[in-house]
Amino acid sequence: MANIISDETIEYVGILAKLELSEEEKEQAKKDMGSMLDYIDKLNELDTSAVEPMSHVFPVHNIFREDVVVNGDDRENILKNAPEQKDGSFEVPKTVE
Amino acid sequence: MSKQYETVIGLEVHVELATKTKIFCSCSTEFGGAPNTHTCPVCTGMPGSLPVLNKQVVEYAIAVGLATNCTITQNCKFDRKNYFYPDNPQNYQISQLYLPICRNGSVEIETEEGKKSIGIHEIHMEEDAGKLIHDDWDDCSLVDFNRSGVPLIEIVSEPDMRSAEEVIAYLEKLRMIIQYLGASDCKLNEGSMRADVNLSVRELGAEEFGTRTEMKNLNSFKAIARAIESERERQIDLLESGEEVIQETRRWDDTKEYSYAMRSKEDAQDYRYFPDPDLVPVVISDEWLEEVRKRQPELRDEKMARYAKEYEIPEYDISIITSSKHLADIFEETVAICNNPKKVSNWLMVETMRLLKEHDMEPEDIRFSPANLAKLIELAESKVINSSVAKEVFEKVFDEDINPEEYVEKHGLKAVNDEGALRATIEKIVEANPQSVEDYRNGKKKAIGFLVGQTMKEMKGKADPGMINQILTDILEG
Repeated sequence: MANIISDETIEYVGILAKLELSEEEKEQAKKDMGSMLDYIDKLNELDTSAVEPMSHVFPVHNIFREDVVVNGDDRENILKNAPEQKDGSFEVPKTVE
Repeated sequence: MSKQYETVIGLEVHVELATKTKIFCSCSTEFGGAPNTHTCPVCTGMPGSLPVLNKQVVEYAIAVGLATNCTITQNCKFDRKNYFYPDNPQNYQISQLYLPICRNGSVEIETEEGKKSIGIHEIHMEEDAGKLIHDDWDDCSLVDFNRSGVPLIEIVSEPDMRSAEEVIAYLEKLRMIIQYLGASDCKLNEGSMRADVNLSVRELGAEEFGTRTEMKNLNSFKAIARAIESERERQIDLLESGEEVIQETRRWDDTKEYSYAMRSKEDAQDYRYFPDPDLVPVVISDEWLEEVRKRQPELRDEKMARYAKEYEIPEYDISIITSSKHLADIFEETVAICNNPKKVSNWLMVETMRLLKEHDMEPEDIRFSPANLAKLIELAESKVINSSVAKEVFEKVFDEDINPEEYVEKHGLKAVNDEGALRATIEKIVEANPQSVEDYRNGKKKAIGFLVGQTMKEMKGKADPGMINQILTDILEG
């Protein structure tokens, strides 16, 4: 494996993804990420300097919606997805900036 | 303090667009609904739901870009900005990083030293987040996603401003342009326009910028001015005492007139932007661009020039009336009906402004119709009602948009223009007040005021004061 992922990197990626990893999982993740980057290196061997970067797999553009209200009040159904609810709202652990 | 410092300010302005629906779903954007009543799987980030772009958002963004002299990115796309926060149900915000829809624009502001151009770095489209309400009783927060997915444009200026006055002039200019385009109502106090201030100081004449801070939670022009003054002083104090300014985000508390650090660069977020694969690129053809350009309404500067030519009203009146698109619309529609620009202007400038101030309202909150204002002006001008009755009726027009003709008829407010009846009343008053008559005849001309007042009282306020004066003078002098 050409790419070696450091402990710091895996720790940082874990923080960004809000994941708590065990030592074992960290080692596995380091290996997986290293091989992914190896694969990216392989792709990078191809000269793409003359190719426009692609942001979408289908050759389509301008899919729009007209500005007309169609959705009604479906709160009851939406809140069925909430693990906890209160006063018509999703209830979450206290978050203060 | 021996050194002279210069303040360098750039602004990030978020504006909520006036679309009927959200940016990526067909939920209503209406403000103030019960929590989560304007939500669907898309704006609550349910797995498997897919966003579809609202065309009107693109049109408004192009319109604002054209009006601020930007280059429109004819091939643009959306990117995901990744972060975790409960008001952001997808765990990413759909925004634009790589190809924002507008770039390299500018607006001109008036300063004490004359006109100045403020650069606009870019304008991009994005979605708003939901709202968190913190429960004081339980240890929890409640999430309302009604605002989640409401369309925003973020206007990023160049660091071209040097004082609070310039910042406010720039914001006023943006607000006028956007309101005139009908793209937003731009109310700072309601959050449909929000400004974050990036500020640094440097020694006068220095080439390099100092370290900047970003200030959030500024919801009035006054708060912006105070926050700028306070942050400038805080940074200068740091530099003077040999310390360094730390690049960080600060939150302004306007009641304490103090800001505190929210997060510093060290724990700055890593947003891992990447193109949103759920949304296809937006291609703006020359034809589409031209269509939007042709539809651009008259903006304030053009309107001011036209008013001066067309209506011949004073420059001061013009600047007040055009300071609100809504007020200018009312003015034009009323003049179109009654064809009396100066009178319409007077009613708007004096009585309307007085009532707005009294009720703590903005010109945008005016609800009366031009037709009813025009009717009132006609009643007053043809002397069907006298001036004090007109003011009284106008308050009713202002509050409830009543039809002045019907109201005057129903409450019997027509001025008494029957000279015979008026003369009879005046004769009675003169007879009952010999002292005042004597005073007047002995040279105390002011005594006539009392007699006019008595007559008006007797006529229940409906007589024409000019006519009373004339008849009274006749009798007293005769």
